[in-house]
Amino acid sequence: MEDMLFYDRLQFAFTITFHYIFPQLTMGLSLMIVYFKGKFLKTKIEKYNNAAKFFMKIFAINFTMGVVTGIPMEFQFGTNWAKFSELTGGIIGQTLAMEGMFSFFLESSFLALFIFGEKLMGQKLHFLTGFLVFLGSWASGWFILATNAWMQHPVGYEILDNGKYVLENFSALFTNPWLLPAFLHNQMASVVTSAFVMASIGAFYILRDKHSEYGHLFLKTGVIFGLISSVLVAFPTGDWNAKNVAKYQPGTFAAMEGIFETEEAGAEIVLIGQPNMVEKKLDNKIAVPNILSFLTYQEWHRQIPGMDQFKKEDLPDNIPALYYSYHIMVGLGTIFIAVMALALFFLWRKKLYTIKSLLWTIMFLVPFPYIANITGWYTAELGRQPYLVYGLLRTSDGVSPTVSSGNTLFTLLGFVALYLLLGLLFLILVGKTINEGPTPKPH
Amino acid sequence: MELFWYIAIGIVLTVFFVLDGYDFGAGIIHLFFAKTEKDKEVITKSAGLFWDSNEVWLVAAGGMLFMAFPTFYASVFSGFYLPLIIVLWLIIFRAIGLEFRGQFKYDMWKAIWDKSFGLSSLLLALFFGIALGNIVRGVNLGSVENGVSVHEEHYFFLPLWNSSFSPLTDHPGVIDWFTIIIGVIAVVTLAIHGANWIILKTNSSINLKLKGVIFKLNIVLAVLTVFSLYVWQLVNPTSLDNFIHKPYLMVFPIIYLIGVIGLFFIKKIKKDSHAFMLSTLIIVGGITSSLASLFPVILPSINNVNGHLTIYNTSASTYGLSVAMIWGIIGFSLLLVYFIVQKILTAGKIDHMDYGH
Ligand code: HDD
Ligand code: HEM
Ligand code: HEM
Repeated sequence: MEDMLFYDRLQFAFTITFHYIFPQLTMGLSLMIVYFKGKFLKTKIEKYNNAAKFFMKIFAINFTMGVVTGIPMEFQFGTNWAKFSELTGGIIGQTLAMEGMFSFFLESSFLALFIFGEKLMGQKLHFLTGFLVFLGSWASGWFILATNAWMQHPVGYEILDNGKYVLENFSALFTNPWLLPAFLHNQMASVVTSAFVMASIGAFYILRDKHSEYGHLFLKTGVIFGLISSVLVAFPTGDWNAKNVAKYQPGTFAAMEGIFETEEAGAEIVLIGQPNMVEKKLDNKIAVPNILSFLTYQEWHRQIPGMDQFKKEDLPDNIPALYYSYHIMVGLGTIFIAVMALALFFLWRKKLYTIKSLLWTIMFLVPFPYIANITGWYTAELGRQPYLVYGLLRTSDGVSPTVSSGNTLFTLLGFVALYLLLGLLFLILVGKTINEGPTPKPH
Repeated sequence: MELFWYIAIGIVLTVFFVLDGYDFGAGIIHLFFAKTEKDKEVITKSAGLFWDSNEVWLVAAGGMLFMAFPTFYASVFSGFYLPLIIVLWLIIFRAIGLEFRGQFKYDMWKAIWDKSFGLSSLLLALFFGIALGNIVRGVNLGSVENGVSVHEEHYFFLPLWNSSFSPLTDHPGVIDWFTIIIGVIAVVTLAIHGANWIILKTNSSINLKLKGVIFKLNIVLAVLTVFSLYVWQLVNPTSLDNFIHKPYLMVFPIIYLIGVIGLFFIKKIKKDSHAFMLSTLIIVGGITSSLASLFPVILPSINNVNGHLTIYNTSASTYGLSVAMIWGIIGFSLLLVYFIVQKILTAGKIDHMDYGH
């Protein structure tokens, strides 16, 4: 039984982590492609159209990966989490089915047209199909976050005698106070990823002195989008999410901030420190007094409950992982703002394209927005533990009753092998596209 | 309400098999008949342009099942755990075969992805047929042993096969001789459908030859259909009761028959789209007949301790189903619009459309 839960969780964590590598670029990049395409419509400068088409190629490869790794996600609710699906399907099935109906259909109906139909449709229609693809992918984020928001902070439900959750108020699913902040934060974070990818490709072209006209365009656009989105990720959206966690999941909040003991006179904010679960304290801590109380409640001396106030079985089961995930996300967010602000400053002084060290930094920063996004989700998901539906349904009560751990281990290994292959192919193909560059081939 | 969603999901699933069916079929034809590079490319393209928007119908059907019949979704997806995960892997291989083939010009690269596309299309068609076979045969719900359920009454787990390969034991596997027959029927049907699609949408050099292939496959299909009716009786003696009690349900098998009979005249049919319509009828008739023979059961129990799963004992709350009906109707209307726009823009032969990256 214990094993079964462990492998199911591992498989879910592995497959969702791999899936989420792709949609974050899909969502952010679709916005930036629409931006280039719109700019082309307005200025009629061919360069912008070529830029849009170049990122479309990367987008297409990325999208395929997102789709093929997304389909297993939807099925896994039934295969590995049958009990959870049975009990809550009447509610989270709503948002998941709406995602299929309103966003996947939209996205996939117009994607092939957008990629292959430029000549067929003319520029205006082509822009429109691009815009619809963007709309579809953001709608998809909205519905999946509505699903997740219900698991984090259940609303609009009723529990029947047989333990089933049934929907009592449909609109509550979308006015859930958890949803809007999470959605905005998540979407901004996906713009961060795509802006960094774009800036990195730009820096690469400039450093290699190849396609440098596009290098300049990509770097500039990437830096501007990158700075705006990095700031928005931290404030107001990140801050808003943190307040929600403090309000609705106080135990999680204590664990992710690393507050072992309640301080009467207001909570300190921990910058660095390692949780020591045996002695229940942070080792090597560097902290600033009272800031956390202020950031969370705008009151210097407001008391924030520490982990000592909660029963052990109601606290997240992996506190160090939660604490580190959260601090890595926030730490990286701070670094992103700093680097992008610096780059923008030199862009303004017209020096950016010649500062080698900064260009190298931007080029190699590419994995970090992915890490920040994934640790962000780990914060949310590990923080929700030990519940599947916060406060109501425990994770251990959600697994499939008839699927043995041997089967799950077998399929987990299969997914690992297959996804390694997919990851390798993805890198090869994107590398090839970048290497060929955005200049159209003469026919 | 249950009935509305049953029919809606039935339609979505049928549309999925009609649409993705032609690109599964194109994969099967590709595997056995495409010899020249030009044909291979054009057949890949005839599937590659559309597979994604076709597969969404499967995703949508999954989401709707989850929403409307959560108990059924949970029971079936965990019970058919292994075959389902294998289907997921095959879907991945098929999609990357289609998408990645054109990325490099090396022959070996292309050959790998051609096989990946062709073989996984073949196996998927087989597995979908086997799945249908399992549903109409029924499973040992609650895993009854010596007259007592070892699980809750609506859960089960099927191994891939048991050593007897017989559907008539208490614990049949996913693959037995009955489900294999249904699987082969699915492969043959989709191959016919795919061949029709290729003829309709491309100018490939094998189009003429494919008409002969369709004719021969159609003979196989007719023989297998008659045979399967006989064995189905053996496996599930009540399989025809619904048709006897509600004779109007006979329209579904008749749709199937029209398709099969019509395709015997394939060489005389002037318009390619008419031939394509006929294979569409076979798929529509086949799926609806199977569903109609079970109705309102959606998963029969083969033991007599636990009852069948029906649309009534597995559904979500009435309130949930009725709000979903409202957005469902809005969604379907939008969908119709996208579908029409897409079909208008991609009408005609696709040889001249851009493809490859
Ligand atoms: C580029 C990625 C990125 C960056 C730089 C940040 N975040 Fe974040 N964060 C995410 C990407 C992300 C995410 C992946 O988008 C999450 C996961 C769930 C969600 O809705 O958004 C998230 C969740 C998330 C949560 C919710 C945790 C939960 O649900 O339990 C909080 C409180 C924060 N973030 C706070 C911050 C703060 C204060 C940041 C300050 C810089 C910050 N994030 C930077
Ligand atoms: C894409 C970003 C996401 C990531 C990286 C992520 C990560 C994780 C991780 C790491 C776990 C395992 C938790 C543990 O072992 O304690 C998990 C579990 C789970 N998550 Fe997420 N998650 C994401 C999004 C979602 C969304 C959007 C949903 C809901 C629709 C969801 C539903 C679940 C479920 C059902 C489990 C299994 C039960 C559990 O162990 O908590 N996840 N996720
Ligand atoms: C457990 C949770 C999840 C499930 C069940 C899921 C399911 C799916 C499915 C089935 C697809 C393929 C759709 C198609 O056929 O076109 C897909 C793609 C996609 N998913 Fe997920 N997904 C999950 C998590 C997420 C998260 C957390 C996000 C973003 C916030 C997300 C955003 C997207 C987007 C934008 C796409 C389409 C583009 C692409 O795939 O690159 N998904 N997802």
